[in-house]
Amino acid sequence: MNRERIVRATIGPATGIAAAMLVGNILAWAVGASPRRVWALLFAGTWGSSYGIGQVLFKATPLALAGLSVSVALRAGLFNVGAEAQLVAGALGTTLAGIALPPGTPAPIAILVCTIAGMVAGGLCGAAPGYLKARFGAHEVIGTIMMNFIVLAFVQWLVLPGRLGQPESQSTASVIESARIPRLSVVFPSLAGSSASFAVMAVLLAGLGVHALFARTRLGYELRVVGLSAGAAAAGGIDRGRTIVAAMAISGAIAGLAGLGTVLGFRGYFEVGFSSGVGFMGIAVAMLGRASPWGVVLSAILFGTLSQGALSIHAVVPKELVDVLQAVVVLAVVGASSDLIVRRPS
Amino acid sequence: MSLVTQTLALAVPYVLAAMAGVVSERSGVVNIALEGLLLGGAFGATVGAIAGGPVVGVLAGAFAGIALSSLHGVVSLKLRADHVVVGLGINLLASGLTRFGLVALYDSASNSARIPGQAGVVDPMLVVAMLSVIAVHFGLARTRFGLQIRAVGESPEAASSAGISVNRVRGMALVVTGALAGLGGAALALDNRQFSAEMSAGRGYIALAAVIVGRWRAVPTLLACLAFALADAIQIELQASIQGYKQFVQMLPYALTLALVCGLVGRSRSPAALGRHG
Repeated sequence: MNRERIVRATIGPATGIAAAMLVGNILAWAVGASPRRVWALLFAGTWGSSYGIGQVLFKATPLALAGLSVSVALRAGLFNVGAEAQLVAGALGTTLAGIALPPGTPAPIAILVCTIAGMVAGGLCGAAPGYLKARFGAHEVIGTIMMNFIVLAFVQWLVLPGRLGQPESQSTASVIESARIPRLSVVFPSLAGSSASFAVMAVLLAGLGVHALFARTRLGYELRVVGLSAGAAAAGGIDRGRTIVAAMAISGAIAGLAGLGTVLGFRGYFEVGFSSGVGFMGIAVAMLGRASPWGVVLSAILFGTLSQGALSIHAVVPKELVDVLQAVVVLAVVGASSDLIVRRPS
Repeated sequence: MSLVTQTLALAVPYVLAAMAGVVSERSGVVNIALEGLLLGGAFGATVGAIAGGPVVGVLAGAFAGIALSSLHGVVSLKLRADHVVVGLGINLLASGLTRFGLVALYDSASNSARIPGQAGVVDPMLVVAMLSVIAVHFGLARTRFGLQIRAVGESPEAASSAGISVNRVRGMALVVTGALAGLGGAALALDNRQFSAEMSAGRGYIALAAVIVGRWRAVPTLLACLAFALADAIQIELQASIQGYKQFVQMLPYALTLALVCGLVGRSRSPAALGRHG
């Protein structure tokens, strides 16, 4: 039993990495580069220096949060394809709170308020398709895909110059100084120059929170029951609709944290298009991590490594290689571990 | 250009991708990969058209679509993975491969070389798109293959006990899907006379919305595509006067789809076995 579990947990990631290595070798060879050199550069640009490690952490932070978001919904049998919109709404909520706060607000309070604002905005964006499913039976995949486009268009409209946008740009004003999350290099000087900030703590806290939710709370138990069997949930007296809305709201709230590192830890303002598909990548991260909090963190580090490594391999192969590799990982992982999602007839 | 011709021109990729979606989803395979198939088709068509002219381009576009859609089939049917994740994976793959190809072949992160020649006054791809509607409509209603597609999409168990191989029918449906969406991508590239990174720009998702609004049937789906294309055309025509509000016009297809799946403006019922493995 235990051995079977270990095999199940490793076969997906192992297949994913093997497939990515294979495709990477083929593509490198196709453009006349030495595969060995590509992998060496990829490693050197990431884990080869403390700056690289800092950048991997910076990139892995939103990926891990998006992955955690998707995995919470997944445990409840729901597919949240809307992490992208929830993340963007959350980042905008965080920014707006950070702009609205009085400049003298103490840092812990300012950061907390901004964080909560992001979670609320993301949570609402997640709860909406959850409510549409619970109330009207609208499939959450369709609901979240459509919400993505609606929310992204709305945000784009909001952040036009003259509304929230600065003149001639697609970005907002900056948050107050005390709302900014300090860089990790403040405590670890060797990370100097990297964009990594204490926003990585959000991953740790969210991971612990998700773990506690499922291990300790009644709501977590109800989410799992609804995820395993709608019939059992009904027989057990669980309000399925309420549970679905709760699952999507929590999922959205976690996605709403994913912009923290960029907004409070790095740029200090919100810019249209800043997330560049991290929400979608969160699905891949959740798949690779088999929807377990620590698996998600590990797979976010892998994806973060690829995404940072892109910059260092560009000298010998097009950096777009890593986008191909990420896709290959997704396809190989879901192909090798298709037991992860068992869709129930709705 | 008049609003009508503008609408028809904009509708071509929508129609081809949406017909692809109808075929796939009626066979029970959820298809959010239409976006990636369009993108792959556009890239294939560009490479083909630059190398061997427009006809080779169109064929190469269809072939690229078939290749991506077949991969979708292998992972979602043979390996029984979730259709939604596989669709996302295909979209990521198409996006990555085409951008990789752009740099490798044309040494640019944004645009390919230009496809020689001029776009014609009447786009032959418009004819192809209209033919695809007729083919999908009658194909599903009247042919043996169409009947099999509907059977495996509604009740794979019943189809299976009647001796139909569910995965074989769905696999073939996905090949047709790939060809149609690939043609849609080819239309896009030939119309723009080049490939640009991410040039599908959400059209695959609009096509998916059209399939849902059209209730998974060819002719109503065509009408939905035309309506969405009209909204695009109006947006382009009125650029100056609706400046600052175009985002709301862009939301229309998605908001309408959302309203429809909620049953607010009539109920849209999906094929019974959509997303379920055979």
